[in-house]
Amino acid sequence: MANEGVNQGRRRFLTATTAVVGGAGAIAAAIPFIKSWEPSARAKNAGAPVLADISKVEPGQRLTVGWRGQPVWIINRTPSLLATLPAVEARLKDPKSELDQQPKFAQNETRSLKDKPQWFVVIGICTHLGCSPDYVPEIKPEPFDPEWKGGFFCPCHKSRYDIAGRVFQGVPAPANLVVPPYKFVGDKQIMIGVNPEGAA
Amino acid sequence: MAKLFSTIGDWITERSPGLMPMYRKHMSEYYAPKNFNFWYYFGSLAMLVLVNQLLTGIFLTMFYKPGAATAFDSVEYIMRDVEWGWLIRYMHSTGASMFFLVVYLHMFRSLMYGSYKKPRELVWLLGMLIFLALMAEGFMGYVLPWGNMSFWGAKVIISLFGAIPLIGDTLVQWIMGDYNPADATLNRFFALHVVALPLVLLLLVVLHLGALHEVGSNNPDGVDIKKKKNERGVPLDGIGFHPYYTVKDMFGAGFFLILCAFIIFYQPTLGGWFLEGDNFIPANNLVTPAEIKPVWYFTPFYAILRVIPSKGFGVLAMFASIVVLFLVPWLDRSPVKSIRYRGLGFKIALTLFAITFLLFGAIGAGKSAEWIPAIFGADADVSGIEMHFGWFLLLIYFGFFIFLWAYTHFGYEKTKPVPERVTTHA
Repeated sequence: MANEGVNQGRRRFLTATTAVVGGAGAIAAAIPFIKSWEPSARAKNAGAPVLADISKVEPGQRLTVGWRGQPVWIINRTPSLLATLPAVEARLKDPKSELDQQPKFAQNETRSLKDKPQWFVVIGICTHLGCSPDYVPEIKPEPFDPEWKGGFFCPCHKSRYDIAGRVFQGVPAPANLVVPPYKFVGDKQIMIGVNPEGAA
Repeated sequence: MAKLFSTIGDWITERSPGLMPMYRKHMSEYYAPKNFNFWYYFGSLAMLVLVNQLLTGIFLTMFYKPGAATAFDSVEYIMRDVEWGWLIRYMHSTGASMFFLVVYLHMFRSLMYGSYKKPRELVWLLGMLIFLALMAEGFMGYVLPWGNMSFWGAKVIISLFGAIPLIGDTLVQWIMGDYNPADATLNRFFALHVVALPLVLLLLVVLHLGALHEVGSNNPDGVDIKKKKNERGVPLDGIGFHPYYTVKDMFGAGFFLILCAFIIFYQPTLGGWFLEGDNFIPANNLVTPAEIKPVWYFTPFYAILRVIPSKGFGVLAMFASIVVLFLVPWLDRSPVKSIRYRGLGFKIALTLFAITFLLFGAIGAGKSAEWIPAIFGADADVSGIEMHFGWFLLLIYFGFFIFLWAYTHFGYEKTKPVPERVTTHA
């Protein structure tokens, strides 16, 4: 094709606009494929709230229930365990629970509902790399911590948490254990996955 | 008959790049240096393993059923009920480990003989991309049997993306397609493992070889054989890839296959190194294995993650440890390629680097829990010693690259004269 008499400006304009329109089209066409990877309606449905019966959980005991495929621990903390919380604060990374690892209603010293401090509801997954920490409630010296006051110890990378799931300093886990939204249904049941009425 | 074949051959040649010209360019008239040694087996062995993985993989796909409810049982079905299924599976699982073994040795060869240096930088970059694709392929393949280590390994590795600020949590959910590794995760990993990544790998291998054959192979002396050619334009130190190196590589492949056969028939799990015990237990999202650790070929990088007590920096350092390898052709400014003629500093540094890589591998595999009490006594602080030793190793690992640049850029390296021709030309 002869090049004389070619309107270069128009050619550049057409090339540029074609590229822009084509590029926009390509991005638009990619959206359904990218969106297809998001949790499906079925997965979201399966993530619905779960009801747990706590009437048989004695002080010091732990109940594990599944919610969204994760282990949720419901622990009935004894008064002596609750009394250890102020004692360990100086050794914690985030003693005031300032990071967004819990619903607002649980942003307090016990990381639980204010009127039921003995009941601790927490997702039993280490915030480091997703292992499941061990529940070590005895207040006695442990090989991993001579001043152990009871809490959780992750066998994978040796992260330690106190009995309110608050992470210690000098361990790989970056944040406190996650407290899921939950509420009491009567006195004997806890529903995991929803906030109490009036709380956020 | 012969006439018919030549007619068909001519017909194809007139309509295509031609089979004979391709055969000559890449086989009979691809002149490779004649001083290739042991270290030059691993490229062709990697190709051999790739073919094995494709072939056995296609057959495994015929019997495997992706899906959280079916995957584990279908693997056991392959192992117990499918005729010769156990062999096909063990060929595939052993092949995965052997793939990484030969690729690591292949990469170390390049570091020793400066095969990444000009004009082979692109060969090195394409090779690194193959390494990345292979790591993704290996990781996703390990998830497919849906054993307990599959599940928790997937969870740990995917959660690494959660360290990215702002988008981390959304990204993790997007990759998993659920709130946890689940059916959706397994199915998409299956699609990637059997379709997408093999296509990418094959394309990269073609490009890797194409780039290599454009510039020609390096050799243990690091001599450019194209500088001395005979009157026909053939390098004096070059020999046709076929038949000379096809024969040599087949010899190596024979030994290699004996080794593979021994593992497949007698030690298919290789004491937990190739297949971990916890992966013979079905996936259970409520029970973590006593120790989550990757298969051996990921342990060096996993160790870097492990010794840094901060998730963000750990992930960053782990990715940096791979990314920095891409930069090697530009960090190393030495005019001399082969370790044979390079300065003592380089020899020591490369040795330390290799030892560090192996030690990281041992840490990532959880060996420090055995070794530290054995060395320092039963009440030693295992995690503390591991962490501090790990930092020391990190210093060597990244220090190697800084040293490589400084040593060669500021002219501290005292190299020996490089010979005109390869040293075995007599």
